[in-house]
Amino acid sequence: MNIINLENITRVYQVGSEEVHALDGVSLKIDRNEYVAIMGPSGSGKSTLMNIVGCLDTPTGGQYVLKGTDVSDMSDNQLAEVRNREIGFVFQTFNLLPRATSFHNVELPLIYAGVPAAERRQKAEQALASVGLKDRMLHKPNELSGGQRQRVAVARALVVGPSIILADEPTGNLDSRTGEDIMTLFHEIYKLGNTIILVTHEEYIANHAKRVIRLLDGKVESDKQVADHTVPKREN
Amino acid sequence: MRHHLFEWKEGLLISLNAIRANKARSILTMLGIVIGICSVALMATAINGIDKAFVDGISALGADNLYIDKYAWFSDEDFFLMRNRKNITMEQFERFEKLAQLPLAVAPTILTMHKVLHGDNYVEGTLMTGTTDGYVRTTNFNFARGRFFSGLESNGARNVAVLGSEVAVHLFEKQDPLAQEVKIDGIPFRVVGVLEKQGSNMLGNFNPDNQVYIPIGTVFKYFRRARDTVTVVVRARSTELTEATKEEAIGMMRRVRGLLYDEKDDFSVNTQEGLTTEYDKVVGVIKLVGLFITGLSLLVGAIGIMNIMFVSVKERTKEIGIRKAIGAKKRTIMGQFLTEAAVICLMGGLVGLLLAVGLSMVINKFLPTSVQVNTIVLAITISLLTGIVSGLAPAWTAAKMDPVEALRYE
Repeated sequence: MNIINLENITRVYQVGSEEVHALDGVSLKIDRNEYVAIMGPSGSGKSTLMNIVGCLDTPTGGQYVLKGTDVSDMSDNQLAEVRNREIGFVFQTFNLLPRATSFHNVELPLIYAGVPAAERRQKAEQALASVGLKDRMLHKPNELSGGQRQRVAVARALVVGPSIILADEPTGNLDSRTGEDIMTLFHEIYKLGNTIILVTHEEYIANHAKRVIRLLDGKVESDKQVADHTVPKREN
Repeated sequence: MRHHLFEWKEGLLISLNAIRANKARSILTMLGIVIGICSVALMATAINGIDKAFVDGISALGADNLYIDKYAWFSDEDFFLMRNRKNITMEQFERFEKLAQLPLAVAPTILTMHKVLHGDNYVEGTLMTGTTDGYVRTTNFNFARGRFFSGLESNGARNVAVLGSEVAVHLFEKQDPLAQEVKIDGIPFRVVGVLEKQGSNMLGNFNPDNQVYIPIGTVFKYFRRARDTVTVVVRARSTELTEATKEEAIGMMRRVRGLLYDEKDDFSVNTQEGLTTEYDKVVGVIKLVGLFITGLSLLVGAIGIMNIMFVSVKERTKEIGIRKAIGAKKRTIMGQFLTEAAVICLMGGLVGLLLAVGLSMVINKFLPTSVQVNTIVLAITISLLTGIVSGLAPAWTAAKMDPVEALRYE
């Protein structure tokens, strides 16, 4: 079953008197439990595509069906609900709330979902444990290393059990060793049956995915399965 | 519903955090509200005090009393026409007193002003009420010393006087005035009683505290001509009977004055309602102006809050983007900033209220007053409303932010 079905998606920005076609007729199908990398040089439209797939933005034209629901014309509030339930974001700059503890950062999506406190606590603890940060629950982001911060962000993305994990350059702000750790984490998450979409411009990062979609000038340039994708070794 | 509660609790925690994170800024912003709420609360308290003083003063004089007078006190009737009315004489009063059945008490009064002196102390231009022993029953007077003059003293036009509390203090300081001599325009009078403080400065010279009461016969003997007009004070038995008592008084007075059925009344029955109406007219305007001016200071505070909330929204653009990305709806973001504005205002309001309570204790030394419960409720409501109203525009700015733009903001 297709979890994501994009039909001829366009996105036009008005810059002054000029129209910029950031996406120019993109059609894509992504199945449950796929591991996809979206690649492309800057200006290729990959950020715009990520924003639309992540329901942060709506397309100018075309249709986006997410888990059988057309989300192309939803209101801001409906989109917020979809983001809350279906999408887990992991950003390049982590985007944690600086004044909140790891626990509170991870708990936040559950608050917006209206989950009672006891259940929130249990789920958030479980998510933090799954990224190996159970002992850092009460630390604030500035008391954590970059890798640890990104792990908190991953826990936050996982906590509501979303349909898609959407990661935008997740290793961009990390050194290569820590980046590799995060990629290992993604692989484990993928193995557990999650759908992961990775947006990156680094070949070696994209090689972790099983399918690579390349964008150029707002169009899909290529869409290939990767036969010899990197399988990180499990660290003990 | 539970949903909203979680969100709201989260909003409250965020606002407390934000206020703590920007202590100096929050306190300075709060100061505007502190001053605004404090001045509004003090104004409301002062108004309460003035009203209370007025009502106390009226009730000391007898709130339901009727005053039959040659003149209408509060009316647009032509003064010169009223001046041509015949005087109300003592004989007319005596006939009226026999005829009127309904009143609890009636008494004639005539006013005159003189210098009162005891030893080296004196009060210039003291208002004297000349009346009979029945007068005390038309009032709610309490006595600090002695009594009102008796029927015997009144009928005999004796030189006896009852002093208002202020007059007594001026003339005698710490001494006991009872049975002492005072000189009114050089004529010796014996003090038979001193009134307790009635506690109303609203009535000025008419305040019993500033008056001296002497028998009406004595007034005619020394100070006024025998046919000068008197004012008849009539006290009804109860508030319910006031109207009937008034009707009877008009009827009896017409008989005493020998009016034919088609002749208009040549006297007026005045009530303190007229006084209250006049008071409300004058003081009502002062109240409105006062509350408006103090309200302005609150407005300045509210603008300060709005300003700082705009800054806060701008600073936290990124945070708003993050929250939106993980599922915060418009109303959640809106609620978060409204709560923050309301919390700042509520804190400011409570401090302002405490300040007002403290200051009202100082004011209490000049005007008996205290911060009323309704003032407290009002001040808290106003500060909450101020927060919500001034937070509305910034909160809306935050709520309608585009999540993509907000996430990109550094």
